[in-house]
Amino acid sequence: MLKTFPKGGVHPPETKLSANEAIQVLPIPDSVTIPIAQHIGAPSTPVVKKGDKILVGQLLAKSSGFVSANIHSSVSGTVQKIDNVPDSSGYKRQSVIIKVEGDDWDENIDRSKEVKDDISLSKEEIIKKIFDSGIVGLGGATFPSHVKLSIPKGKTAEILIINGVECEPYLTSDHRLMLERSEELIVGTKILMKALGVGKAIIGIENNKPDAIEKLNKVNDNSSISIEALKVQYPQGGEKQLIKALTNREVPSGGLPIDVGAVVHNVGTALAVYEAIQKNKPLFERIVTLTGKSVSKPANYLVRIGTPISAIIERSGGLPEDTGKVINGGPMMGKAVNFLDAPVTKGTSGITIMPDEESHRGIIKDCIRCARCTQVCPIGLEPYLLMTLTEKSLFERLEKNDVMDCIECGSCSYTCPSDRPLLDYIRLGKVTVSKIIRARRQQ
Amino acid sequence: MNKLLTISPSPHLHGDASVKKIMYGVIIAMIPAMLASFFYFGIGAVITTLVAVVSALLFEYLIQRFMLKKPSSITDGSAIITGILLAFNLPSNLPVHLVIIGAFVAIAIGKMSFGGLGNNPFNPALVGRVFLLISFPVQMTSWPTPIASRLTYIDAETAATPLAIVKEALKNGEPFSQIIKEIPSYTDMFIGNIGGSLGEISVVFLLIGFVYMLIRKIITWHIPVSMLGTIFIFSGILWLVNPESFADPVFHILTGGAMLGAIFMATDMVTSPMSIKGQIVFGVGIGILTVLIRTFGAYPEGVSFAILIMNAFVPLINTYMKPKRFGEVVK
Amino acid sequence: MSTTVIFTIISLSAIGIIAATILYFVAQKFKVFEDPRIDDVEAVLPGANCGGCGFPGCRGFAEACVKAEELDKLFCPVGGNDCMASVASTLGKEAVMQEPMLAVLRCSGSHAVRPQTNKYDGAENCTIVSNLYAGETGCQFGCLGLGECVSVCNFDALAMDPVSGLPVVDAENCTACGACVEQCPRDLFELRPKGKKDRRIFVSCRNMDKGSAKKIGCEVACIGCQKCVKVCDFDAIVVTNFNAYIDPHKCKLCRKCVSVCPTNAIHEINFPERKIKAAKADEKAKAIKVTGVEKAGEKEVTAKTTNINKEAVVDSKIKEKVDNDTTSDKSKN
Repeated sequence: MLKTFPKGGVHPPETKLSANEAIQVLPIPDSVTIPIAQHIGAPSTPVVKKGDKILVGQLLAKSSGFVSANIHSSVSGTVQKIDNVPDSSGYKRQSVIIKVEGDDWDENIDRSKEVKDDISLSKEEIIKKIFDSGIVGLGGATFPSHVKLSIPKGKTAEILIINGVECEPYLTSDHRLMLERSEELIVGTKILMKALGVGKAIIGIENNKPDAIEKLNKVNDNSSISIEALKVQYPQGGEKQLIKALTNREVPSGGLPIDVGAVVHNVGTALAVYEAIQKNKPLFERIVTLTGKSVSKPANYLVRIGTPISAIIERSGGLPEDTGKVINGGPMMGKAVNFLDAPVTKGTSGITIMPDEESHRGIIKDCIRCARCTQVCPIGLEPYLLMTLTEKSLFERLEKNDVMDCIECGSCSYTCPSDRPLLDYIRLGKVTVSKIIRARRQQ
Repeated sequence: MNKLLTISPSPHLHGDASVKKIMYGVIIAMIPAMLASFFYFGIGAVITTLVAVVSALLFEYLIQRFMLKKPSSITDGSAIITGILLAFNLPSNLPVHLVIIGAFVAIAIGKMSFGGLGNNPFNPALVGRVFLLISFPVQMTSWPTPIASRLTYIDAETAATPLAIVKEALKNGEPFSQIIKEIPSYTDMFIGNIGGSLGEISVVFLLIGFVYMLIRKIITWHIPVSMLGTIFIFSGILWLVNPESFADPVFHILTGGAMLGAIFMATDMVTSPMSIKGQIVFGVGIGILTVLIRTFGAYPEGVSFAILIMNAFVPLINTYMKPKRFGEVVK
Repeated sequence: MSTTVIFTIISLSAIGIIAATILYFVAQKFKVFEDPRIDDVEAVLPGANCGGCGFPGCRGFAEACVKAEELDKLFCPVGGNDCMASVASTLGKEAVMQEPMLAVLRCSGSHAVRPQTNKYDGAENCTIVSNLYAGETGCQFGCLGLGECVSVCNFDALAMDPVSGLPVVDAENCTACGACVEQCPRDLFELRPKGKKDRRIFVSCRNMDKGSAKKIGCEVACIGCQKCVKVCDFDAIVVTNFNAYIDPHKCKLCRKCVSVCPTNAIHEINFPERKIKAAKADEKAKAIKVTGVEKAGEKEVTAKTTNINKEAVVDSKIKEKVDNDTTSDKSKN
């Protein structure tokens, strides 16, 4: 029996179209747009101005607090302007726009391909370096990584979990990374273990990636790192679900993984940590999957941050005729793209293109109280109730029914036979309740 | 780009579940028991089923079209289920006009007056059946004998159900070990060769439907198992206390509407609780009430009343029986 | 038989008497003293329980009125000055008069002037859309058109206009309770004084983008050109974040700003028509508009489309006037 999390979950069709496509390097575009807020937390403060000459890897914006991250340039060239530019949602965000001239890297970055195995930095130096390199969670949540590595007083980390689950349908960027950069990933894991001072790490991978599991087992030379195959189940990539599946520990409601002694990092983050520590390379490029049933060439690309989404689509044969929806991320948790020239950010794990006939929702019918949403909710919430309470603005009851525990995985909306927009309303309820809680704290 | 992109909140995928699929799944699950009823009761069963289904559909259509002025939803299959379930709960010699009245009460009062599918607190088919049972007790409690009455309808030869025979005999002080010899064997009860409502007689065909629904994941096992288990245990306790004045648990499970109620009526999604814990409480409640009504109440059969009573408790159960939250701090 | 009847009567009466005694003592024990004036004040309030005063329902407001030393910070927007006067006389306190207010929609980006750039397919709720993305058009500040304001209005004063896709305020029904102001995720409603003879002038736009960016998304956006600021004799207009705002207390309703506005973003309501002047102003506006467009370097926008859209704007303006007239006529009847 393969491990998985015990409660709820769904199994959407995996549709990993680009699983066998090796990572290609996407050509550098003519100009890049680098938003100064690509992470959860305070936006960074720009340290460059119009007309500045920039090298690849140069600092563009400085972290403005503990929960914040540095932003580095992904290209070399001239700062054209610092302006408000629409991101993929269409809202305008402050960004640095750089005109690309050549590809000159900061001389401190080690561009050699060989894998550097020995970790010379100390624990504190590693965390400092990760902070300086602007590394954030690359699984999509973009939470600054150094915050996760700084263990609060009174807590101890016992185990490091590397998240190679990739439970989102379609996406394959983590899969390809695990296959092609296995050695670096293992070193990255060791660095993270050193930073945390833990003696045990598990790399959790869903069983639909047997080649990645095999490859990692082959290159793993450290007995304290184990590679675990997991049963395919969405949303196993959720931090809490993954910890439960691998260690059977339950993160308490409202708590953090560290409360049960676990720290979870994505495989992408582990690789970025390796590059930052061993190669001195800040985070300015990432692997992005371009996929979709109608796409002529689904592929995985190594993309510089700030490249327009449209450039990736162009590279894979252009936007198909019958496109109905372009999603920034996977189809379960990704956001629909409003503006195709919006830049790729640190959190863009893939671009999924949906044909028109799959882009529309069904007609909303009355709830038939089939309890499917309650059955599939991995947190044990009652989505039907949360939606009704939000519609009726009963926010106190909403809070009592633990709406804040929702991880927004979308299993409820996915499974609802009446096509009810459960998650839409639950999200609204969460936003409103969190406002109420914040107001109460301020009093 | 001439075409506009669609934007919607995540998730962008939808599973293949739909109201229609669920409803037609239930209908398929009911087919074996329906065919069994045609086999045992012949013409009467066919007429009753047809009339119930057609009139349920018609009433739903008329109400939606002319009173609610909403687009009609009769194709979703829920009215067909109500019709079949109502027929399952009627004797095969019931006059047509009573079947139509039953369908009217089920659809108009039991379902549409609360706002249609999904909003009714009580199982519509049972509302119709109980209405008929209270209003027309004589017609509703004369049961044609199986197989023999195949070619007759209203004037079918009738016989009492095993439950009624046992109840009457126990009331007269006869010991159960004596009565058991006078009623059909448990094998007959299992395959359905006994008097009773259309759908309730053939345990084996109901079980086939149950297994089908479990495989298709239309229902979970919790309500039927907890309900039948409670009936078995509770009546078993009574039987152990005094084997002569109480019927044995196997008898309780096999006779009357216990199987039909547990598999098709208590599991009605709309009127059953949402959480697993709640569903078990619901099933246990129905089980206890059923045995209480059967052994101590005025009616020989109590499944319909028990289900309706527990339907009324569903909102309460939903309020107090929450699923276990992930990471819930146990105090 | 008769003994049964007598026994029944006696026993039931006894139970009744005992229960009544218990109830009496319990009621005495748990009696809560309430100022009788609260009831009196509540009686003169409109009883809409809309929460426009900032208290939970009319009773909450009545309690606050009784408790308060002065009535200067308490105001029932629904009942208005008359209602507050009677509250004051009930309590023997001084009422503070306030100007009658009205909700106005500060967006005029109808379907005709604000082209759709994408299709929304999800829960029909403005706040959900606003939390998700910038909306169906190129303007991230404008009305989303899903009518959340209509659903929160307790007084039937709001309705969606299917043609323009914008909510329309019914001036007769609006009580300025502020429910829509609170609800709108884009903050498009503002409570403004009804004005002398119900005449009002306001900037119907909240877009804070740079001027050139706005023009792409919406034809009638305030582009922050400062023309109105220059022409205003009373310093009533300020431009912040490329968006003009007319202070209703400083505005003397001279209408100079309306005629200079190049995008017709400034709306005048209930003014008599000014035929000759209006024509001139229109020409002027057109001239400015064309030059403005050229300056912005938007060569795709031809003069023709500008004209068509201009007509559409004028049409909708006239329509609004007619609507206003008809509604006021209706109310008179």
